[in-house]
Amino acid sequence: MPEYVMLYRNTAAASDASSDSPEQLQQKMRQWRAWFDQLQGKGELKSIGQPLEGGGRLVAGKKKLITDGPYAETKDLIGGYSLIQARDLDHAAKIASGCPILESGGSVEVRPVRQMTL
Amino acid sequence: MGHDRDEPPCGLEEHLFRRESGRLVAILTRLFGTHNLALAEDVVQDAFLQALETWKFHGPPRNPSAWLLTTAKRRALDVLRREGTARRFAPDLERFLESEWTVAPIVEEALDASGIPDAQLRMMFSCADPRLPEETQIALVLHLLCGFSVGETAAAFLKNHAAMEKRLGRAKKVLGEKRELFDLRGAGDVASRLPAVSRALYLLFNEGYHGASAESAVREELCEEALRLVALLLENPLTAVPRTRALAALMHFLSARLPARRGPDGGLLTLAEQDRARWVPGHIADGRRQLELAAATAEVSAIHLEAAIAALHTMAPSARETDWATIVSLYDALMRIEPTPVVALNRAVAVAERDGPARGLEEIAQIADRRRLAKYPFYFAAQGELELRLGHRAEAERHFESALALARNESERRFLRARMRTSADGRR
Repeated sequence: MPEYVMLYRNTAAASDASSDSPEQLQQKMRQWRAWFDQLQGKGELKSIGQPLEGGGRLVAGKKKLITDGPYAETKDLIGGYSLIQARDLDHAAKIASGCPILESGGSVEVRPVRQMTL
Repeated sequence: MGHDRDEPPCGLEEHLFRRESGRLVAILTRLFGTHNLALAEDVVQDAFLQALETWKFHGPPRNPSAWLLTTAKRRALDVLRREGTARRFAPDLERFLESEWTVAPIVEEALDASGIPDAQLRMMFSCADPRLPEETQIALVLHLLCGFSVGETAAAFLKNHAAMEKRLGRAKKVLGEKRELFDLRGAGDVASRLPAVSRALYLLFNEGYHGASAESAVREELCEEALRLVALLLENPLTAVPRTRALAALMHFLSARLPARRGPDGGLLTLAEQDRARWVPGHIADGRRQLELAAATAEVSAIHLEAAIAALHTMAPSARETDWATIVSLYDALMRIEPTPVVALNRAVAVAERDGPARGLEEIAQIADRRRLAKYPFYFAAQGELELRLGHRAEAERHFESALALARNESERRFLRARMRTSADGRR
């Protein structure tokens, strides 16, 4: 079955989690865990992936210019990624539509993994 | 607590974040000083955000509390290194925080998990500041020690968000003036403020038990929080005095009844209607143990009497077989200490159980200051109940109607509507 990467993007709106109460944050975590469990249960989760830290370095161009963070160019930040299996892109997008990040204004970018086909 | 609760899917104890918030804010304030409460709250929030981002992928660690504390500790150290000299911190620790030699060990020591109960106790005493109105003290306890956000605190007291924000903001400023948390080791200080602390916890519990909140689920949580904080008082020899034990006993006895207080339709049930098999034996046992320890003194406080009354209810197999004579005498004693109209009303109800409804109504008619009960739905409901028992259905219906107009939430309204129907049915 084809594989897809889900990139979890936190937009400015999604980072409003900073004003959530402890109870709301725990609720959010519960939703994420429940969602991953559900994907796992249906055999759609190939790899849960990893969360990514906010800061970083950007290395660019032939001059190998190193700058702080990816945030200079993108106003939304990739907060993590997962790998899923789906029948096709529509199916993958449908899976992504259950992601809790959407409830807080974030987005999920779904990208097919390029297959080695002959 | 957490009786009969399902394990949540993420493997985290229910309300863990909220509870940890109260613990972490207290211990960080111990380090930063009460004038830096906002900074402590920021550090805690940051730890939760990191937890959310990490745990949603990896699942919570085996010891979530330790993980959160370590994360907060690391962040606190960053803050202290960055702002070391620009900001003043807890007066008694300040000199250690100025030097890189001592800052790390002092943070390690000050933020050790073993210091959390002490920090929370001190925070509780700080919140019970006599310069603050009682209602603000309770709101502050809920906000700072129980991890309720401003919005959640506002909802618990049926206040609007902006008003609560303003109130808590002002209160935090008052705490900040002292720069450090209340010190329980000072001579005589505990005794001077413990009554205010107990009162705040008593009112917090009451808000949950009899409160005006329309949201029933919130109410029982308040009872749990109050009980949790009283348990903290019981852990420290300075605060585990007989009066505190009596307060704990009262809360346990009342908590035992919580699961039986509402019928299948969500309406409140009277003591007589409750299925006593659903009362929680664990709470009753805890209540009895605390009441025994509370008796280790000649002193009989109002709380002792209230706890003793609650104890008698839990010992009776039914409302009818309750030792009403002793309960009346306990109310008599309570009236000598706290002659309020509400106590008098409760006493009158007990008299009615002992001597019949007509005597009860006479007692109600004799309550001094009865006017102060005019907004209290239970005042009319009690009269309705007694009139109904006398077969005076029209009067009963009229009283229940008055009570209904004053009812503060759906549970009360359901109960009173059912009572009105009962009164009306018999007249047809």
